[in-house]
Amino acid sequence: MPQALEGSQAIAQAVALCRPEVVAAYPITPQTHIVENIAKLVADGKLNCEMVSVESEFSAASVVLGAVAAGSRAYTASASQGILLMAEVLYNIAGLRIPAVMTCANRAVAAPLSIWNDQQDSMAVRDAGWIQLYCADNQEAVDTTIQAFRIAERCELPVMVCMDGFTLTHTLEPLEVPSQEQVDGFLPPFSFARTLDPRSPISVGTLVDPNYYSEARHSHHHALLRAQEEIIAAADDWGQLSGRHYGGLLQVDGPEDARLGILTLGSVLGTLADAREEYPEAPAAKLIKLRSFRPFPVEALQQACAGLSDLIVLERALSPGGGGIVGAEVRAALSELPDAPRVHNFAVGLGGRDVPLDIYPRLLAAAQSSGPTRFAIFDAELDRLPEGDR
Amino acid sequence: MSTVSETTIPIAELRRSQLRFRGLEAGHRACQGCGQALAARLVTEAAGPDVMIANATGCLEIFTTPWPQSAWRLPWMHSLFENTGALASGMEAALKAQGKSTKVLAFGGDGGTFDIGFQALSGMLERGHNVLYVCYDNEAYMNTGIQRSSSTPHAAVTTTSPSGKARMGKRHLKKDIISIIAAHHIPYAATASAAYPSDIRKKVRRALAIEGPTFLLIHSPCPLGWGHDGSQTVEVARLAVQCGLFPLIELERGELTSVMPLRSARPVKDYLKPQQRFRHLFQDDTRAAQELEHLQALADHNIEVYGLRGTNADPLDSDGADTVRRGGMRWA
Ligand SMILES: Cc1ncc(C[n+]2csc(CCOP(=O)(O)OP(=O)(O)O)c2C)c(N)n1
Ligand code: SF4
Ligand SMILES: [Mg+2]
Repeated sequence: MPQALEGSQAIAQAVALCRPEVVAAYPITPQTHIVENIAKLVADGKLNCEMVSVESEFSAASVVLGAVAAGSRAYTASASQGILLMAEVLYNIAGLRIPAVMTCANRAVAAPLSIWNDQQDSMAVRDAGWIQLYCADNQEAVDTTIQAFRIAERCELPVMVCMDGFTLTHTLEPLEVPSQEQVDGFLPPFSFARTLDPRSPISVGTLVDPNYYSEARHSHHHALLRAQEEIIAAADDWGQLSGRHYGGLLQVDGPEDARLGILTLGSVLGTLADAREEYPEAPAAKLIKLRSFRPFPVEALQQACAGLSDLIVLERALSPGGGGIVGAEVRAALSELPDAPRVHNFAVGLGGRDVPLDIYPRLLAAAQSSGPTRFAIFDAELDRLPEGDR
Repeated sequence: MSTVSETTIPIAELRRSQLRFRGLEAGHRACQGCGQALAARLVTEAAGPDVMIANATGCLEIFTTPWPQSAWRLPWMHSLFENTGALASGMEAALKAQGKSTKVLAFGGDGGTFDIGFQALSGMLERGHNVLYVCYDNEAYMNTGIQRSSSTPHAAVTTTSPSGKARMGKRHLKKDIISIIAAHHIPYAATASAAYPSDIRKKVRRALAIEGPTFLLIHSPCPLGWGHDGSQTVEVARLAVQCGLFPLIELERGELTSVMPLRSARPVKDYLKPQQRFRHLFQDDTRAAQELEHLQALADHNIEVYGLRGTNADPLDSDGADTVRRGGMRWA
C-alpha cells in the first residue's frame, strides 16, 4: 500500500531494509533528513546497527571504508561540500574495490554558496571509480538504493545513488516501501571475500609500483564496464519482485519514430514528461533517462539514439572553461554512429533555479532553429550581467 | 617478507609455531636502525595475533608493503594519510556489530597524528571507540624526506626548517600532544620509547586490557632524519628519556598516574650531540648557546612538572628499565 513519505524518510527506510551493520553520518543540507531518519530508526530499535556520528564527511567515508573492510555492510550519505571533502576517500574506497553504498543528495558546490539542487557535486567525483546511478523520482531512489547494495556486493565496487536535493529529498510523495521479505529475497546477507580477519591475515592498500599500477587501473576500469550487466540484472530482478522497473542503464520513452530526443539525468525528467503532455502540439520527442552515468553506457546510448536527427543533452552541472560534462561524453559516444544526431548541450536548473514546464517547447525550438549548440546555460539571463560577462 | 597470503592460519597454530608471536616480519625495507620498525615489532609482539591494524601513510606503511609483498602477519590495512582514526573507528564499529572481540590497532606517524590526522583521531577518542592508537614519533615527515611537523623539537633542522644566517632550525615548540590526548579524558594514554622494550610491552598490554580508546606515543629515532648512526638508535632514544626531553608517563582519564623516574638526569647536550639535526647548536655562536639553554630549560621543566627525579636506584627507572629481562613484566 502506498504511503506518503518524504524522500529522505523513504531512503532511510530503504537503507534499513538492507540491514546495514554500520551507518556513518554527518549533517549537510539537503542530505541531513536521511541520516536523521536512520538515527531515529536506530533509536526506536527498528534498525540494529552501529550508528557512528562522525566529526566530518571525510571521516564518514573513512568509517564506511573501515567497516566494509572489517566485514560489515555499511552506508553513508552526503552532498555538495561534503562530497568534495570526501573526495580523497571516495577514490580510495573505489581503488580498494570496497562494496560500499552512499546517497548523494545532489546540491550545488560553493562558491557562490548555494544550498539548492544541481549535480555539480557528484559530477566532481565522477572519475573516482564509483558506480553512479541517477534517480528521477523518490520511488526510483528507494528501489535503486536496494539494488545498489546488490550491485556493489556482486561487483566489489562502491555505488553512489544520486537524487536531486530538495526536489526529491524534501518532497512528500505517495510511494511503496518494499517489505522486508521482498528485500531479503533480493539481497543476500553481506559477504566480502577480502575481509580483514586475524585467522587469514591479508594486507590491503599496499604500495603499487609502476610495474603493476596500469594493470590495477585496467582491472578497475573493466570492472566498471562489466558492472553494466549487474545494473541491468538488478533492475530486472527487482522489477520482477516489485513490479517496478526504471530501465537498467537508461530508459527511453516516447514515439518510436521521433527524430528529436532529450537526454537528461535526475528529476528534470519528470518535468519534461509533464511538459510533453502539457504541450501536445510540440514536435514529437523521445525522452532518454540516463540512469547509469558510471559506467557510461556507450552501446545502450548508441542504440537509444539511432535514428535521431537532433539530441538535446540537458544537465545540471558544467565544467567551466570546458562546457557540458554529460554532453561531451554523449557526443563522444555518438560520434561512432554513421548518422550521428546533432547534439545540443544545455545546462539548466543550476543552483536550484526552477525548471518550468515551458522550457520544453523552448528547448525543442532551439534545437530545430539553429545549428548545434556546443554548450550554453539555457536559463541564464544574460541581460542581467555586465556587458563584458555575457 | 612473503607474498600477500591467501591461506588460513589458525591463531593457535601461529602461537605454537613461534616462540614469540611476530606480527611484523623481518626483511622489510626500513633503513638500518629504524626506531619505528623496532617499535612496531615490539607493539605487535605484545599485542598478539587477535588484532587488526589501520595504518596511516608514512614510512612504516611504505617499507612494510611493497606489492606484492607484505611484512605483516596480521590483518592490515592502509587507506590514507589523515583518516586513520576514522578508518579504525569503522573497523571497530563493524567488529562490534558482528560481536567479535578482535582488537583494532591504529598506527600513525607524528605527521599523521599531530597534524593532518588529528581531527579524525580526536573524533575517534571522543566517540569512545575501542581502539589502541599508536603514534610512532620520529619528529618529522620522514617518508617525504624529512620535513618539519608540529612534533619536530624546537631548533631541530629539517628540510623545511633549515638553519642559516637568519634561522636556528625550527622556530616553534614540539606540540604537547599527550596533554591534548589526555584532555579527551580517555581511559589510558601513555608515552614510551623504542629504547625501553619491556616498558612498551607493559603499556601495550595495559592498553589492550582496557575497553575503550587508548593512546600510546612511542619515541622512535630515525637515523636518516636525525642524522645519527643506525647502531645508535637505542642509545639516542634512551638519552632523550634520560635528559628529560621525552618523559615516559602514563595518564588515566586525564590524570597523571605514573612516570618512569630518572636515576640522574643527563644534560640535554648528551642527547643532542650525536644528532646532525642539532649540529648547528654546537657552533661557536651566541644564538646556538641560547638555543641549547632553551632546550635544557624545556627538559628541566618536564622534570619539574612530571616529577621525574628519582630517589634511589629503582629497577624500573630510566637506567634500570631496559635491563629488565625481555617479556619479564606481566601487567595485563
Ligand atoms: C593528503 C596527503 N598529503 C601529503 C601526503 C604525502 N605524505 C605521505 S607520507 C608523509 C609524511 C609522513 O610523516 P609521518 O606521519 O610523521 O610518518 P613518517 O614517515 O615520519 O613515519 C607525507 C607528507 C599524503 N600522502 N597525503
Ligand atoms: S627514514 Fe627514518 S623512519 Fe623512515 S624507514 Fe628510514 S629510519 Fe625508518
Ligand atoms: Mg614522522
